[in-house]
Amino acid sequence: MTEISPAEWTAILLSLRVAVIATLVATPFGIALAWLLARRDFWGKSILDALVHLPLVLPPVVTGYLLLLTFGRRGLVGGFLADTLGIVFSFRWTGAALACGVMSFPLLVRPMRLSIEAIDRRLEQAAETLGAAPFKVFFTVTLPLALPGVLAGMVLGFAKAIGEFGATITFVSNIPGETQTISSAIYSLIQTPDGDAAAGRLVIVSIVLALGALIAAEWFARRATARLHGN
Amino acid sequence: MLRVDVEKQLGEFSLAASFTSEGRVTGLFGASGAGKTSLVNMIAGLLRPDRGTIVIDGDVLDDSAAGIHVPTWRRRIGYVFQDARLFPHLNVAQNLDYGRRMNGLAADPAQYKRIVDLLDIGALQDRRPGKLSGGERQRVALGRALLSRPRLLLLDEPLGALDEGRKLEILPYLVRLRDEANVPMVYVSHDVAELRQLATQIVMLKQGRVVSFGGVKVLT
Repeated sequence: MTEISPAEWTAILLSLRVAVIATLVATPFGIALAWLLARRDFWGKSILDALVHLPLVLPPVVTGYLLLLTFGRRGLVGGFLADTLGIVFSFRWTGAALACGVMSFPLLVRPMRLSIEAIDRRLEQAAETLGAAPFKVFFTVTLPLALPGVLAGMVLGFAKAIGEFGATITFVSNIPGETQTISSAIYSLIQTPDGDAAAGRLVIVSIVLALGALIAAEWFARRATARLHGN
Repeated sequence: MLRVDVEKQLGEFSLAASFTSEGRVTGLFGASGAGKTSLVNMIAGLLRPDRGTIVIDGDVLDDSAAGIHVPTWRRRIGYVFQDARLFPHLNVAQNLDYGRRMNGLAADPAQYKRIVDLLDIGALQDRRPGKLSGGERQRVALGRALLSRPRLLLLDEPLGALDEGRKLEILPYLVRLRDEANVPMVYVSHDVAELRQLATQIVMLKQGRVVSFGGVKVLT
């Protein structure tokens, strides 16, 4: 009754793999975008900002469908990637990772952006007067000071990616062992007679993972404050 | 030798300053709002003049007519800010070593020890800036700027954020620096007494214009 079955483990491990890959791949893009939004003024900035937040407000099924149109085998980008690099997204776990990455991106970027905005720009100026070129200023001052925010963004993004459902099931369906994450497994189980116990176990796993991530994100945020005060 | 001839419009405020200085310590004197910090920021390259030139020892750093604006990080001009601006994520030793690392200079333990001794900051090496007093922070900031081996040191009211007692604590270090560090300085202050003790030449600034220039006696 309380034992997690092999099928459930498969879903849990797949969810973890999908969320870890989605977070790791999204992080460099997230940092770059957070820096751009926090530190630069350019034409179309508010449009870019809105685009980043779009997955947060669009119905997930719409995002999933758009991903299918773009990254599906016949999609513009998907076809190109499949032909040139052999990377296939549709109905693969990689597609689940892509969907999770896109859906969690707004949550991942936000703490990163806030922590970069909170850094005193005069520290970056001081670094320049000491001979640091802009990219060195970024890696020796901006990024280390923003690190707790970067980690908080990764944790939040990871938590969102683990729970993602709508866009993933639309884009890559619900194939056990390939694209069936915790969420889609729960969805299948509650439509199956006698699936309640298994669904309940996965629900508890979800809650534990989400709570753990929120607590970790909060802890990183507090570390960030301490770090900025130089204690 | 430092030659400055610049114009800059900052909102309502217009700055047009021109002076040449060969002094060891050029005192930039004026009330707050006279444009002292803007002028120093232009020398540092943090602010780009609308028009004019800035030349150090024949090396052109700014020349608006020729489209020259050497970026701050290539100027090798040290800057001590009023608010120290130590890096909060680095300890004192790492702060001191930052300029040397960024400029890719070889370690020079003798020079490091000399400056650390000169400023009495040897005992602070492992501390974070958050655990330093205002006076200690300012001494570390001085050391950090000097150890980047600048050809000119800018000091923008380095005692401005300190109370009277702390000022008296730091002032002797600045005098020692002037006499022993062998780096020309531009020292910004609105305090006559401070400049009398430190400066060898005075540039007096009023509402964005140089109103007098000469020896320390122009302060009277």
